[in-house]
Amino acid sequence: MSEPIDAAAKKPPRVGLFATCLVDLIRPRVGFATAKLLEDAGCTVEVPQQTCCGQPAFNSGDRKTARELAAQAIEAFEPYDYVVLPSGSCAGQVSLHYPELFEGDAAWLPRAKRLAAKTFELTAFLSDVLKVTPKARFEGSVTYHDSCSGLRELGIAAQPRKLLANVEGLDLIEMKDPHVCCGFGGTFCVKYPDVSNKIVGKKTENIVASGAATLLAGDLGCLMNMAGKLSREGSKIKVRHVAEVLAGMGDAPAIGEPER
Amino acid sequence: MTQAVNSPYFNANARKALDDAFLQKALARSEKGFIERRKAAVEKLPEYDALRDSARDLKDHILAHLDLYLEAYEKNVIASGGHVHWAATAEEANEIILGICKRLNAKTVAKGKSMISEETGLNAYLETNGIRPVETDLGEYIIQLRGETPSHLIAPALHVTKEQIEADFRRAHVELPPERNLDEPTSLLAEARAMLRDKFLAAEVGITGANFLIAETGSSVIVTNEGNGDLTQTLAKAHIVISSIEKVVPTREDAATFLRLLARTASGMDLSVYTTFSTGARRETDPDGPLEYHVVLLDNGRSNMLGGKFQEMLRCIRCGACMNHCPVFHAVGGHAYGWVYPGPMGAVLTPSLVGVEQGGQLPNASTFCGRCEEVCPVRIPLPKLMRNWREREFERHLQPAAVRYGLGLWAAFAKRPALYRAATSLAMRTLRLFGGKGRLRQLPLASGWTRYRDFPAPQGETFQSQWKKRGTAR
Repeated sequence: MSEPIDAAAKKPPRVGLFATCLVDLIRPRVGFATAKLLEDAGCTVEVPQQTCCGQPAFNSGDRKTARELAAQAIEAFEPYDYVVLPSGSCAGQVSLHYPELFEGDAAWLPRAKRLAAKTFELTAFLSDVLKVTPKARFEGSVTYHDSCSGLRELGIAAQPRKLLANVEGLDLIEMKDPHVCCGFGGTFCVKYPDVSNKIVGKKTENIVASGAATLLAGDLGCLMNMAGKLSREGSKIKVRHVAEVLAGMGDAPAIGEPER
Repeated sequence: MTQAVNSPYFNANARKALDDAFLQKALARSEKGFIERRKAAVEKLPEYDALRDSARDLKDHILAHLDLYLEAYEKNVIASGGHVHWAATAEEANEIILGICKRLNAKTVAKGKSMISEETGLNAYLETNGIRPVETDLGEYIIQLRGETPSHLIAPALHVTKEQIEADFRRAHVELPPERNLDEPTSLLAEARAMLRDKFLAAEVGITGANFLIAETGSSVIVTNEGNGDLTQTLAKAHIVISSIEKVVPTREDAATFLRLLARTASGMDLSVYTTFSTGARRETDPDGPLEYHVVLLDNGRSNMLGGKFQEMLRCIRCGACMNHCPVFHAVGGHAYGWVYPGPMGAVLTPSLVGVEQGGQLPNASTFCGRCEEVCPVRIPLPKLMRNWREREFERHLQPAAVRYGLGLWAAFAKRPALYRAATSLAMRTLRLFGGKGRLRQLPLASGWTRYRDFPAPQGETFQSQWKKRGTAR
């Protein structure tokens, strides 16, 4: 499955880009960064009509809606060689939970499994499947937060760091407890705002203490949570999706900054 | 079930906990220690993960044949001179224990640490019936003085600071000189020991829990670090073990498998200071020991979990690692969970034992960060089980209307891609207008977010619309 793409192969891999709903709605820049990284690596990128992977419904106990949205995504992304998402948690939803949703369903389970097998989180895809290290420049210090689902469901930790190490001018400073949850948790942050606030407060304390000028992570939900808290605390730390920096788009307005 | 359930008020409990400066101080002090000690212990044991697999498989085997192992266990308890009492409910367990105490004219009962006795509300029940239960585990002793319940499985007084304990001791131990020095934790421990010594000698009955019950020998096993369990059970006329049914293991060797995991995962020790195996009452040749040995086996809803969606929860060996690594537990402590069992394991077990109507808040109060599953010594898929509860709640329409309608509305759009694109396109452009500074400090219907954080304004046009334009332009 994870065989490297043969550069001499006749046809470039055809990648379906699943932007995720947060990127689609809030920060399209991450989608374009993802597309650029994939195209630079020799992929053909397409964006089929899409909505949400269904994770909010799945985690809220609404299995029926989760299944309907999963089926919709399976159909939309069936034609591609690979499906890539700039999010560990949505990639985990597709590659781990879609098959779980269709357990015992003879028609859909094989389709869910086929999609699951060709679906990757962006940094893992670049690093483990394409085996490329994108060339980029970014002046300044960054710290990287490991989003929980990507880290614990998909084992993503080394890949983004390896790719960032290759970015010219970038200085990666590890914060204390980068692998500890930021308190976002999807609907958790609005259902339990006080608890969520306490958790994100500990996180921003560690981010600030790292001394890094920029915070990076691979999931927009966590990024919005941390960016929103940093901004409320009056911090000047800039917050970006890791794809933006890897794609050389690190000079655009950061999350929560006015568009120019 | 007799301990009152406050789990439906998790949110209010949590707010109170967040405002409690003493609690926050106590939580901040304990957080790192558990995590670092466990990590160091696990790193020293190369076969740790293989051991977890064996432990998981063993538990699954036991649960699949629980009836057989319980019968074998009962037979061997009786053969070694003990008595087994089956209790379907907490009330039954309490009545059985009271019956034994009354028959022996017990006035004082010494107690080792037992979460099952918390589940049955045993202390309050005994007190109501004129019997004085004395907790002998240091942490349990402290919270008994304070009139509280445990906030953690293995560190029941985790929520209390040293300074608070000193004040409690000065208040409770009025017979001691007020000028005594209690600055050091060791002096607190020494004082508790001295106070407890007479109680051990006075107690007619000793009650302990059990970490494991061994079917092949009819033995019960407890692990302690203070030795209080041994005194509790050997000095009294009768030793009563109160345990739940899933604690049974087939052999001594199997118990050893779990013991190798338990202390390492719980406290980072290779083994607890004391591991005590108790088999039957005192024999003629024994120098000491209780004259009677009783085991009260509590079901209290567990057999309903067998063969169902929550059976994996019965693998739990009560090490506390899930709560030691839980960001929600770190934020609010154990009491916010509102019943006996806190943290991720409590979030799954509580609705199983008290019903989802009362316990349903708890499996929702998780970010699904997955760290609990990552450290669980018997690999219980805690997030999955919490999600199972959310599904039960959803099926029974138990979730708050705002959550239900909010998600329903979202789903209605998400299921219709064309409508979704049109609606979101408009919505994002509108939000962009209000978020000219790049962030929104207030958002209608999202006060849960904006109370504490800014909301990053959307860039404007959605990715899909912009991508479509790019396609047309090329």
